[in-house]
Amino acid sequence: MSTQTAEVAQVKKAEALFSKRRKKIITDPLDDDNPITIQVLGICSALAVTAKMEPTLVMAIAVMIVIVFSNLIISLMRNVIPGRIRIIVQLAVIASLVILVDQVLKAYLYDVSKIVGVYVGLIITNCIIMGRLEAFAMGNKPYDSILDGLGSGFGYAWVILAVAFFRELFGSGAIFDFKVFEAMGIAYQGNGIMTNPVGAFVIIGIIIWIQRARNGYVES
Amino acid sequence: MEYVNIVVRSVFIENMVFAYFLGMCSYLAVSKKVSTAMGLGLAVIFVLTMTVPINYGIQKFVLEEGALSWTGVEALAAVDLSFLQFIMFIAVIASMVQLVEMVIEKVSPALYGSLGIFLPLIAVNCAILGSSLFMVQKEFDFVESVFFGFGSGVGFWLAIIALAAIREKLQYSNVPAPLKGLGITFIITGLMGLAFMSFMGIKL
Repeated sequence: MSTQTAEVAQVKKAEALFSKRRKKIITDPLDDDNPITIQVLGICSALAVTAKMEPTLVMAIAVMIVIVFSNLIISLMRNVIPGRIRIIVQLAVIASLVILVDQVLKAYLYDVSKIVGVYVGLIITNCIIMGRLEAFAMGNKPYDSILDGLGSGFGYAWVILAVAFFRELFGSGAIFDFKVFEAMGIAYQGNGIMTNPVGAFVIIGIIIWIQRARNGYVES
Repeated sequence: MEYVNIVVRSVFIENMVFAYFLGMCSYLAVSKKVSTAMGLGLAVIFVLTMTVPINYGIQKFVLEEGALSWTGVEALAAVDLSFLQFIMFIAVIASMVQLVEMVIEKVSPALYGSLGIFLPLIAVNCAILGSSLFMVQKEFDFVESVFFGFGSGVGFWLAIIALAAIREKLQYSNVPAPLKGLGITFIITGLMGLAFMSFMGIKL
C-alpha cells in the first residue's frame, strides 16, 4: 500500500506536460508499435478507402477524431464501468461518436461521404479503436489516453495515406485528382490493378516488408 | 434463380474479403490452422444469415423514414430514425454473437476453446456490420437479404479456409524474415483476389 502511494506522488511531481514517457506514448505507434503493420488492427477500412487520396484523408481524420474522443470518454468513465459489460459500453460510446462524424460529413462534405459510404459506419468495428480502449484507456488517466489516441491515429493515418499515394499515383496517374504525369508531359495509361483491391493488398504487403526490414521486427 | 444469383454474386464476385476488405482482422488472425478457420467461418455464416434479415426488419419497421407508420399513430409516421442505424445494427449483432457463443460453449466445448477470444470478436467483425449496411444500400427485400447474408457468410468462410490451407503449406517454404507472417499473407491475399477477379461477369 505504501509503495503505491509513493509511486502516485512521484508521478505527480515529475510528470511534465510532454515528459519522455508521454512522448513515447505518441511516437511508439508511429513505427515500432504501428497499429496496422505491427499489431494488425484496423485493416478493413485501411484498405477499402485508399483508392484515392481525398477520401483517405477524410477517413484518417474521422478515425483520429473518434479514437481520441472515445479514449478520453472511456478513460473518464473507467472507474465506474462494470467489467462484465465493458464491451457494450465501449461500443455504445464509439457508435455515438461515429454517428456524429457521419452526420457532420453528410452535412458539410456530401460528395466525399458518398464515396466513403458504408466505411464510415465501419469505423465502429475498427479494431484499433476497440483495442486502444481495452488496452489503454481502461487503465490510464484521461490526458495520457488522449495522447495515446493521437499516436495511434497518426500511426494509422500515415500508413493509409502512403497506400493511397501509391494506389492513386499508379492507378490513375494522379495525386489529389491532380494529373501528375500529364502535367509533366508524359502520357500515362492508368493501371487497373492498382485501383482494384488487389493493388491495396500487394502495396500494404510491401510497406510491411520495408518497415519490418528497417526496424528488425520478425514474426515467429 | 434470382436468389441463386444473389448467393453466387456475394460468394464469388463481391466477396466480403477480396472485393470489400471486410472482416480482415479475424481473417488474418485466425487463419493459421484449417480447423479453427473452419469453426470461425461456420460461426460467421450462422451469425450473418441471422443478423442481416433481422436488421432488414429493423430498418424497414423502425428506422426508415415513415417506417413507423404501421403503428397507426400519425405523429410517428413522419419520424425518420435512420441516424440511429449504426447503433441499432451493432446492438443486434452483439446480442446475436452472445447467443452463438452460448450455443457453441454448450454444444462443442473443444471448438469454444480453440476459437477463444475470436468468438466475441465476431461482434466487431466488419463483415457482419458491413453486410447489414450493404443490404440497406442495395435495397434488398426480406428473402433477398436472407440469401445475401448467407452468401456473404459463405464467401468469408471460403476465403478464410483457403488462406488457412495455404498458410499451413507455407510453413515449409523459405520466406524472407521481415516478410514472414503478415507481409506474405497480404501478398497471398492479393494474389487470391486476382484469381477471384476472374469470376467477374458471371451471371446465372
